[in-house]
This record gives sequence, structure tokens and C-alpha cells, in this order.
Amino acid sequence: MKSLADLQAIRAKTLENINMRKEDENAARVVIGMATCGIAAGARPVMLKFLEEIKKRDLQHVTVSQTGCIGMCRLEPMLDVILPGKEKVTYVKVKPDMVERIVTEHLIGGTPVAEYTIGAAE
Amino acid sequence: MDLYRAHVLVCGGTGCSSSGSAKLIERFEEQIAANGLDKEVKVVRTGCFGLCEAGPVVIIYPEGTFYSRVKVEDVDEIVTEHLLKGRKVQHLVYVDHKTHESSVQKSLAEIGFYKKQQRVALRNCGVIDPENIDEYIAFDGYQALGKALTEMTPEQVIDEILKSGLRGRGGAGFPTGKKWQFARASQAEHKYFVCNADEGDPGAFMDRSLLEGDPHAILEAMAIGGYAIGADEGWIYVRAEYPIAVKRLEKAIEQARDYGLLGKNIFGTDFSFDIHIRLGAGAFVCGEETALMASIEGRRGEPRPKPPFPAVKGLFESPTNINNVETLGNVAQIILKGADWFRSIGTEKSTGTKVFALGGKINNTGLVEVPMGVPLRTIIEDIGGGIPNGKKFKAVQTGGPSGGCIPASLLDIPVEYDTLTSVGAMMGSGGMIVLDEDNCMVDIARFFLDFTVDESCGKCTPCRIGTRRMLEILERITEGKGQEGDIEKLENLAENIKNSALCGLGQTAPNPVLSTIKFFRDEYEAHIKEKRCPAHHCQALLNYVITDKCRGCTLCARKCPVQAITGNVKEKHVIDTQKCIKCGQCMANCKFGAIIKD
Repeated sequence: MKSLADLQAIRAKTLENINMRKEDENAARVVIGMATCGIAAGARPVMLKFLEEIKKRDLQHVTVSQTGCIGMCRLEPMLDVILPGKEKVTYVKVKPDMVERIVTEHLIGGTPVAEYTIGAAE
Repeated sequence: MDLYRAHVLVCGGTGCSSSGSAKLIERFEEQIAANGLDKEVKVVRTGCFGLCEAGPVVIIYPEGTFYSRVKVEDVDEIVTEHLLKGRKVQHLVYVDHKTHESSVQKSLAEIGFYKKQQRVALRNCGVIDPENIDEYIAFDGYQALGKALTEMTPEQVIDEILKSGLRGRGGAGFPTGKKWQFARASQAEHKYFVCNADEGDPGAFMDRSLLEGDPHAILEAMAIGGYAIGADEGWIYVRAEYPIAVKRLEKAIEQARDYGLLGKNIFGTDFSFDIHIRLGAGAFVCGEETALMASIEGRRGEPRPKPPFPAVKGLFESPTNINNVETLGNVAQIILKGADWFRSIGTEKSTGTKVFALGGKINNTGLVEVPMGVPLRTIIEDIGGGIPNGKKFKAVQTGGPSGGCIPASLLDIPVEYDTLTSVGAMMGSGGMIVLDEDNCMVDIARFFLDFTVDESCGKCTPCRIGTRRMLEILERITEGKGQEGDIEKLENLAENIKNSALCGLGQTAPNPVLSTIKFFRDEYEAHIKEKRCPAHHCQALLNYVITDKCRGCTLCARKCPVQAITGNVKEKHVIDTQKCIKCGQCMANCKFGAIIKD
């Protein structure tokens, strides 16, 4: 290492991996239902796809976490996207190929993908 | 490095390690792999979280769920429930002693133990993996060194530290910036920068935790200090009794050298600096700076008179600056965030925060870091969670063998250097031993003096002989052989030792005695005049007595190892105080609570 720029590079690279340990009120949260019903319906590939997309786009301030069953097992895999200061948006019957749009339009763009949400399904 | 959705942080400090955290890590890794989660969940061994009483501690992010007293058998449940299905394992979640609230719905910062703390020195402890330099860098590590080397002159660095008001955290509280100034002013070809990690106060372990949890912070501060005073070599004097700290320091030094953060031409500047470790054998006196330097040089660890001060003639006859671990833990933050930020924490004359090691009769045993100037009561009651078993608070002993006791009546004083000194205690390194109504103050004084007598190096007479005479008097008092005039004799000896001992060890050794006499003179008098120990602690001064609650079950008589208890079945028994050896077996075994200490 010969300069401060080198230090910054290491800092930036590592930070995205351990960011979740900082108390961050501005973080957007993706909460995926991972009870038996969710997992059986294919929640895990969806979550992995989220991790992949977030890493690919180098998104800071996003955490991916999981939760239990909220009772609408027929609509699994379900997930919530909560942007700071906004109401949560619930997506249902999510497939891995839907994740990219949720990330680009909602997490980055701030506009929910209406046709994937629970409102559209009901 | 892959992106993980969850991090399982397992405390790898000495406290949690000794309650089995290494096995937890193993089991977590096994189970996470077995459930196919190894691409999603990462296990990280961190430094101390501070709440050692609740160890081994496991924290799971991003939720920040705080699990306490986790056993190997619990790991499977945490993995299958929390990590696989996202359901917190309620019965393992930390419960606050004081409010009895479970921390399930709270983040870490809202738990009573952490709420009133402010972490500056311990900022990374329990948050980063101490064996991974990248994680330290991600949390602004080595930024301060870069800033100092590329944007500041050594004088500006010293100025910033001076302005911050940072004072030594090892005991005496000398302004750190002044120390650096003196060392800078000395002209010499070679200068040294030494880190004093010879933490010796019984009950104090903040330096150990800092070295274990954030070793790079110390290396960075030493390099900054080296630049400021013009040193090219650093030494860390650490006790061999801290194997985890030593191992992590060695690893950290290696990583820093690999990255060029130690060695020649750091950040492409002319500044070169390297650090070595010297292990100490754990003698208390080696925490005294001149004895410490003698020990590094390979000589017997004995102090020498000052002047010459280390800043003029120190290690290997060269100008040397010595700072304590916790002091150094603040340096990088001051350079990065500025002196004004640091001054905004704490009080006028005691700026910043101080780490305390809470021990003794307190619910939340562990490490806490608070802004200077908070009332002692906040530390004991709010953060420490009060006294266990419904007992009454009696006093808190601060500053270890050099400090004193603060009684309940002074619980509202602000914790800062000068107020503590003014009541006869001292900040010291920050050990806080909480005493309740069962502790005998004479015996506490005897305990600390016993320690200093043991640890006195023997070089000067006042310390070698004077402290032993004091100990003999104290032992006599606790054995019920105290004489009229003993208190005055102790006071007299104490004053003389304070004024004539060679180094800090001897000069402060009488403090525990003086402060207990000052605040608990009545206990001394009860021992001497009435041959009574008010706390029912001193064995020689108490009798076991069987009360009318006795049902005559004969259990005590059978348990008594010296057949001192007699009595017929179903009749009240009697203890022969002449035969009784006061082992307490009868009281411990009585099912009716019929035996009391008198």
C-alpha cells in the first residue's frame, strides 16, 4: 500500500460486506418469509437472487433478512420491501426472475412493482 | 469476498472464550454448513462485547439479536430457527436484570446495559473481526494515520491531542499531548514509542479487551504517536498472561506490515515505523514506566528515581514516550474527528470517555464505557443493573490497589479524575469493585495491602517494610487482636510511606487503608474495641448461633466436622463456641434457616 487511495479501495470493498453491523437507520430492508411454507415454495433461491443483485449493483444501505410465516401460505414466497420512511410493500409469489425488477425499480428507483404486489394478487 | 445476508458474531474475548465460545463457533460453522446456509451466513469471531456476565454472547445481524449464555446444545436451535426460518429463539435472548425485559424487540443500543454507554475506545470491540485488517480498515481504520502523515505536521498532531484534553487512562491522568511534546523536544538519533499493556490492577481488564477486540487501533495510534514525537520504533509491553491478546497483536502487526502500514516509507512518505512485542511475566511493578523499560531491556523490573524522565532518557538510554493501551485507543478517533468533537464528550477537565471494568457484587459484570462526568450511580445502578440478591450497596472500590473506596453517601459524585481524587479514591486504570453489606471494609483494605506487599519489588525500604508492617496490623485487627491506637499507627505509617516510597506502587499502596479508615472508621473501631465484625465477615470475630427455629433434626450435628454441636433429637441444638472452627457447614446445611452468624 503506497497511498491513501489504496486504503480507500480496501475500505470500500470491505464495507459493503460488513455494513449491516453498523446501526443504520437509513437502510432499506428486504424481509423474506422463510418459514417451512416459504422455503417449500422456493424462498431460498429468491433470497440468493437478492443477495446476488445487491452485490452486483454495489448497493449500500440494504439489508436482507428473513422472517417467519405470516399466515398467507398460499401466496408464498412472500417478501416485504421497506424503504426508510415509507410504508412497507409486500410482494407475493415471487420467483427469482422477478427479483431484478424489484431491485431496479423499487430498491433503486423507489417505485414499487405494482403487478407483483399483494394488492395485485388479491 | 462474498456478500452474506446474516453475520453471526461470537465473542472471542477472554471471558467468553473461557466459557466455551470457541466450541460455539465450531458448532455454528458445522450446523450452518449442514443446513446449506454457508453461502448466506458468515460466522465472525469478535472481541469483547462488554457484558461478560451474560457470556458467551452471540449477536446476529442484521437484526442485532442479542443471545446470552449460549451453550453448544443451543446452537442447533439458533441455526434451524433463527437462521433458517427467521424466528428468534426467545428463551435465549438476553433479559435485562433491572427491568426484566427481554431484548427481543430491541436493538442492541436500547438494552439498558448499553443505553447509557458511549463507545469511543471500545468502538470496534465486538463489532469487527480483530484478526482481519480489512474489517478494521472498513470501519475507518488507518485513516487517521493517513491523515496525520499526509496532511499534518508532527506539531499539528501534538497540538490536536493537546487541545483534545486527552489524559492518561492508565492511572495518574497526565495530559497525553504534554507527554508527546516533551518527547518531541528531546533531540536524539533514536526515539521510542512504548505501549504499556502491563495491566495489573486486580479486576481491571479493559486493556486486555481492547487488545483482543481491536489490536489495529493500538498499532495505528502508536504509529501516529511515533510520527508526532519522531520515533521510528515502537514496543508493546504486554503480560504473557494475556495469550489471546498477544496472538492477535502478533497477527495484526504481521498484517499491517504486509499492507505497508508498518515498516519503511508508510503511505509513500519519509516516515518509517515498526513495532515489536515484549512479553512481561506479570509483575505489578512493571506497569511503572521506569520498571517497564528496565524489563524490556532485559534487566530486572525495578523502578528508578525520576528525573531523568523517560522523555529525556528512557528505553535503551533514548528519549521514550509511554502511553497506556486505553489512552492510545482514543488517539485515532481524535485525529479523525478533531479535538473539538472529543472535548464535547465528558467534562471540562476530564474530556472523552472512560472504560470501567465492573466486578464484585453487581448484576452486569463486564466492561462499560461512559462519558466522563456521569454520576457513579448511573454506572452502578443503570448500567451495572444494581446489586444481586436484594443486598444493600455499601461502597465501590476504584483504582485497584492504588485507589480507595467510595461509600454510598457519595454515589452521586461525577466520575472524573479530580473528583475521585478529592474523595480519596482515584480513577486508576478503571477497575470498579462493587461491595455490598456482606463485605468487611477492614478485610478489603487487608486484601489490597496483601496484594501490594506481594508485588512490592523490594528496592526501597518504605514500600518493602512499611507496607508489610501495615499488613500485619490489619491482619491483627481482622483476627480480633486489634489494639487501641492501631488506627493511628496505620495512618502514621501510611503518610510516611506515601511521602517516601520510590515509585507509584509504594506511594499509592496505603490509599485503600486510608480511604476505608476515612469512610468506615466505625468498622475499624468495632473490630478493635468490641471485637466484632459488623459485616459478619471476619471469621475470628463471629460466632454461629442456633436460634429457636431449630427443630432438632440433628443434621447440623452430623455435618459438623469437629463435633461442636450437641443436642437431642427434636430438641434445640447448641454450638460449643470453644470447639467451633467456624467452617459454616452447619449454616449451609440447615433446612430451617435456624443458624445465624452473630
